[in-house]
Formats: sequence, C-alpha cells, structure tokens
Amino acid sequence: MKVELKNVTRAFGTNRVLDGVSFEVEFAHVWALIGPSGGGKSTLLRLLAGLDRPDSGTVIVDGVALGRSEEALRQYRRTIGTVFQAYNLFPHLSARDNVVLPLVEVHGHSRADAVSRAEDVLRRFQLLAHADKQPGLLSGGQRQRVAIARALAINPKFLLLDEPTSALDPEMTAEVLDVIAELRELGKPLILVTHEMGFARQSSDLVAFVAGGGIQECGPAGTFFSDPATSGTRKFLEKILRY
Amino acid sequence: MEFLFDRTDKPSPAWAKAATACGLLALYSALCFWSFSSSVGDWRKVWGYRAVFLDGWATTIGISAVALVLSTVFGVGAALARRSAFLPLKYTAVLYVETIRGLPLMVLVLFGFYGVADRLGWNDRLPVGVLILSLFSGAYIAEVIRAGIESVGRSQWDSARAVGLTPAQTYRFVIFPQVLRQTLPPLAGQFSSLIKDSSLLYIVGVSELTFAAQQVNSATYSTFEAYLPLGACYLLLTLPVSLWTKFLERQASYES
Repeated sequence: MKVELKNVTRAFGTNRVLDGVSFEVEFAHVWALIGPSGGGKSTLLRLLAGLDRPDSGTVIVDGVALGRSEEALRQYRRTIGTVFQAYNLFPHLSARDNVVLPLVEVHGHSRADAVSRAEDVLRRFQLLAHADKQPGLLSGGQRQRVAIARALAINPKFLLLDEPTSALDPEMTAEVLDVIAELRELGKPLILVTHEMGFARQSSDLVAFVAGGGIQECGPAGTFFSDPATSGTRKFLEKILRY
Repeated sequence: MEFLFDRTDKPSPAWAKAATACGLLALYSALCFWSFSSSVGDWRKVWGYRAVFLDGWATTIGISAVALVLSTVFGVGAALARRSAFLPLKYTAVLYVETIRGLPLMVLVLFGFYGVADRLGWNDRLPVGVLILSLFSGAYIAEVIRAGIESVGRSQWDSARAVGLTPAQTYRFVIFPQVLRQTLPPLAGQFSSLIKDSSLLYIVGVSELTFAAQQVNSATYSTFEAYLPLGACYLLLTLPVSLWTKFLERQASYES
C-alpha cells in the first residue's frame, strides 16, 4: 500500500506535533512507526485512520486524498480497521456481539451472516470459547485479540494498530504479537505504532522514526536498526535498547 | 453481643439479622402505637370515604406513570441538548435545568399553574399538573443522564467512530446501553421522588391522594385516620421502587 503526506500540519494549541510533513512511502506488509512519546506517531496514525483531520495539508492513501467532512471520513473509516492501545471493546457487549455490531449496523449484513463471520474470525484467533464473555471477563491480551478480530471481520483494506500491546504484560504482549504476525501472513497491509523494537525489527518491511514534528527517517527494518542514518534515530535507539 | 455486628471479615449469622429486624420492627411499631393510639379513635367515619381514597390513589398512580415517561423524555432531551454544539439549544437546556433545580416544587407549581397556564387559558388541572411535575423531575433526570453520558470514556467514542458508526448509532448501540446500566439506580431513586412529589399538586386542586386525604380530614375531623392511610399508600408505591433499585444495583455491576 502507499501513503503520501503533502505538507501536513497538525497542532494542539501551540504544540505543532506534525509540522509541514511531506513524505511518501510504499510497502507490502508492515510499516512500523516508532519514536518518543508525544513525538507525533499516534497523531499521524489518527490522521491515517480518518479519526482526525490535519490543520492543513493532505493525506493520500493508495492514491485517494482523504476528505475533510466527517461524513467522507466516516465512509473512509468503514473500509479500514483500527485498533487502539486499550478499551477498544464495548463493555456491555459479548466478544461475539462486539464483532457483530459493526457488521450489522455499518456494513448491512444480516444478523445470521454477521454471527457466522464473527465466529469464523474468533475461531481463527482461538477466541471462540470466549465468544459469550463480556470484555470484563477477558484478559487484556484476549481483549486486544478480539479487537483485532473485530477490525478484521469487515475485511478491511488495511489495518492500523496504535500501540496495541503497550498496556499488556510480556506474556500477553507475545500473544497479541503472534496475532499481528498472522495478519502479515493473511496479506493485510498494516501500519503499526509500537514500542516493541524486537517485533518491529523482525516483522516490518519499513520502519519510520517519528519525532520533532515529522518523520525523521524511514527505511527497511534491517538497516534502520543496524545502521540508522540520522543522529536522532541513533540516540533514540541507543537509549531504548540500552537495557 | 458480637453477633449484632455484621463485618466483611466476620459476617453475622442469618438468624441474628432476622432477629434484629423483627425486634426493631416490634419496637418501632410500639413507638407508633404509643404516639398514635391516643389520637386514632374511630376508623368507621373514614372507612365511609374509602372510595375517595381509592380514587385519589388511582390518580396519583396515573400522574406518576405519565410523569415518569414524560420526565424521562424531557431529561434525555435536555441532557442531549446540553451537550449540543448549537449554542441556543445548549443554553436553553442549561437555563431549564438550573432554574428548575434552583426552585422549590411548590413555587413551580404555583407559577406554572396560576402564572403560565392561566395566562394561556389552560385550566385543566390534571394535565397542567402532570406537565409541571414532569418538567421538574426532568431537570433532575437530565443531570443524572448527562453525568452518565460523561462517565462513558472517550475511548468508547473513538472505538465507535473507528468502526464507522454514525453519532446517532453510537448513542443508540454504545453510549445509551452503558448509561442505562449505570444510571438505573439513581433514576429509580428519582422516580421514587417523583411519586412523592406528586403530592404537592394538591395545592392547585388536583384531586390526587393527598388532596383526597385532606378532603376526608375536613369532612370527618379525623386527622390521623385520614393521614395514616395516606402514608401507607405512598409507601406501597415507593417501597417496591426502592427494592427494585436495590435489585438493579446488583444487576448493573459489570466489569468495564
């Protein structure tokens, strides 16, 4: 898939998180965004998800410029899957109904058809036994896997994952990363904001370092980690890989 | 006497709870008997007016039922209006909620009936009374619902937007079900208040339960014989609501 940013600016108050970013990237499977907290990677992901609008500039995904009206963005959001750090699921609905709701209400499937699709995708992630449970009865890792299942059930063009494991303990993190690796095998392109450097190195085609108002560096995972081109990236990697 | 203390780490036995309840009930009944026995004499005079009581009670139930529905409509409407981005709508809701909550119901009933309704030439006591009561209760319900909506986290809105739900769908499938489960206990409490508050409509001559008791009292000069059934009739309505509330509180507890 292909992402283009044309002079994109997004500020919160006086803090210009993305400052006139122009950038173009094309990848087959996984694009990982890493960088310091507050550096703009989540802001960039929200723009790509159509959940937020740039103050100025244009975001172009696979050749189509994202609209500015909420209605246009909603139509766009319906074609992609987005998973957040936590609290993705609706707590009053069972895991199954969390997957079924968008299929029925947004995508117009019949209830029976939606249930069978939901169960297919839950089965794929070994979650079918938990289909009747509300999120409060699931572990953090299971919740994130249900959230990924919900995003995948609508057959999205691609997936956006915003720090999907940063609220989880190491064991659950591994469980969720396994699922993300599986998505790669399914051939769904995905953009991933992550702090899991090992995973970014192993599973992504391209890694970008987002900080200081823009994308400082973007390159193939191998060279990005072994031989970072900019001193900012090198310092960041040194700091976080020290322990 | 340790069995009289019910602690989380050492709960008191069931028989102690039952015995305490029965003992206190007997004590309080004796207290009531002692206070009222000298005043309560002849029930026969009041018994002759039982139809007036039943009529009044039926009216109170009717008023409460209609006002319950109407006040919920006003409450939800005002709560949504208060969250609206459209300023005239938002400020109207703020004005409505804050004015009504700042005034005693008696003042509202008098203003509403002798002021507004009279000026409009609308003199049907019952519907005007129900409307005033609904507006009154609706202001409180609006705040309960608004607090409920605000207690649903930002992440729920984000998730709903991310899966492509419209704002209306988000309210219907995501927000309101969660608001309902959280606000049912305070709402049930508000409904219990509404039943009791309907008694104030007697001041504009709506012939509900309190009005009936007053009429019986002035006809028979049997004050306690008229007011004791009045209290009992209100308790018969409010106690079930209160028990229902306790039940809902247990039901509504789900992990979020």
